[in-house]
Amino acid sequence: MISIDNVNKWYADFQVLTNCSTEVKKGEVVVVCGPSGSGKSTLIKCVNALEPFQQGDIVVDGTSVADSKTNLPKLRSRVGMVFQHFELFPHLSITENLTIAQIKVLGRSKAEATEKGLKLLERVGLQDHAHKHPGQLSGGQQQRVAIARALAMDPVVMLFDEPTSALDPEMVNEVLDVMVQLANEGMTMMCVTHEMGFARKVADRVIFMDAGQIVEDCPKEEFFGDVSARSERAQQFLAKILQH
Amino acid sequence: MNYNWDWGIFFKSTGIGSEIYLDWFVTGLGWTIAIALVGWVIALLLGSLLGVMRTVPNRWIAGIATTYVEIFRNVPLLVQLFLWYFLVPDLLPEPLEMWFKQDLNPATSAYLSVVVCLGLFTAARVCEQVRTGIQALPQGQTAAAYAMGFRLPQIYSNVLLPQAYRIIIPPLTSEFLNIFKNSSVASLIGLMELLAQTKQTAEFSANLFEAFTLATLIYFTLNMGLMLLMRMIEHRVAVPGLIAVGGK
Repeated sequence: MISIDNVNKWYADFQVLTNCSTEVKKGEVVVVCGPSGSGKSTLIKCVNALEPFQQGDIVVDGTSVADSKTNLPKLRSRVGMVFQHFELFPHLSITENLTIAQIKVLGRSKAEATEKGLKLLERVGLQDHAHKHPGQLSGGQQQRVAIARALAMDPVVMLFDEPTSALDPEMVNEVLDVMVQLANEGMTMMCVTHEMGFARKVADRVIFMDAGQIVEDCPKEEFFGDVSARSERAQQFLAKILQH
Repeated sequence: MNYNWDWGIFFKSTGIGSEIYLDWFVTGLGWTIAIALVGWVIALLLGSLLGVMRTVPNRWIAGIATTYVEIFRNVPLLVQLFLWYFLVPDLLPEPLEMWFKQDLNPATSAYLSVVVCLGLFTAARVCEQVRTGIQALPQGQTAAAYAMGFRLPQIYSNVLLPQAYRIIIPPLTSEFLNIFKNSSVASLIGLMELLAQTKQTAEFSANLFEAFTLATLIYFTLNMGLMLLMRMIEHRVAVPGLIAVGGK
């Protein structure tokens, strides 16, 4: 579904991604972790071309991201993305947030978009909040709406960029529950997250990045099974985040 | 000070036709409002366009808007007015120049000059406010909109501008009031707006203090009214749970 092939990216002289290659198969859940500044968010943003890259290619469901002839808005409309800071549109009601892209990008009718949006809102357990504005919801609720908003576009794959990092501890689980449910339903997912519990539960593979490189890329059982077989950098990282 | 106050002066005949002095003020206020409102429409439309241009990811487009702002912001308003009224018509193609100088009645040509001048001058200031309003929004808003498949023009019209305008209502209010106050420069090219009528009243009647007191009150009341109107709009469009509304 997503094939990342030798991607290199520089900010001026500074190389942020070095020879990154990996693949996410249909229905697979891949967790990307690593220390801050390791390039994991940058990599995931390359997948839907929010970040340009200078070398290599990424192919999403048969469409090349690097190809200058690719219709990027069309490609992006098929790739759902959930952000660290939710990024709901604060001036629109929850219903409008769920429908605006369906109407303006996919050309659905308002009635159709609303029906779809409300169904998804119910799925994330927030049907009572349809008329509210994002500022009136808690962080966890906003992130669940953001997930519903992405799903409303019928994406072929979902990208999550640290979806729980900006949340109060109490709200982390309500978001993870939605993500677990999604994974169990067979959604193809690429998640940048430090929630190792989530990774253990639903991930098929775990990617560990450091200094712009993919250091580890292996099945979850292998990744968590024998820590001593991991690279030194991954061991240091795991020692710090698995302690608690 | 030995001065004979006479507030009844406004109801006395001017000696021209059957007009009383108050009629002059009413006519003057009409011109002032006509200048300011039309100038404001130009300023708001052009200023918004320029403000958007300054924020798009294209150096040339942004550069054009920046140059515009620097030119119009750094030349005094009065100088700009004289340029528009005395110089620019000479630069027009012959038929247009003749039309402007001979066919138009003097009030109309002065009106056109002052409206264009104030509109373009104020547009530079509106531009800067629109630009800062857009830049005050989190980058993630644009990223999220892109991620859903929006194109750049859609992002501006659906996501960025509706939020930016809400943020800049208070400074925009100041600019709206400024254009009413700045409209008084029109008196210097012979347009009989409120200030010109005031001066004329003062000269004709010799009741200088009354005339200028009334003008002051009219400007003040007009601007207070506009301020309250803008505050009402601010409340009306406030987003629940989000932007703090002024005065609350």
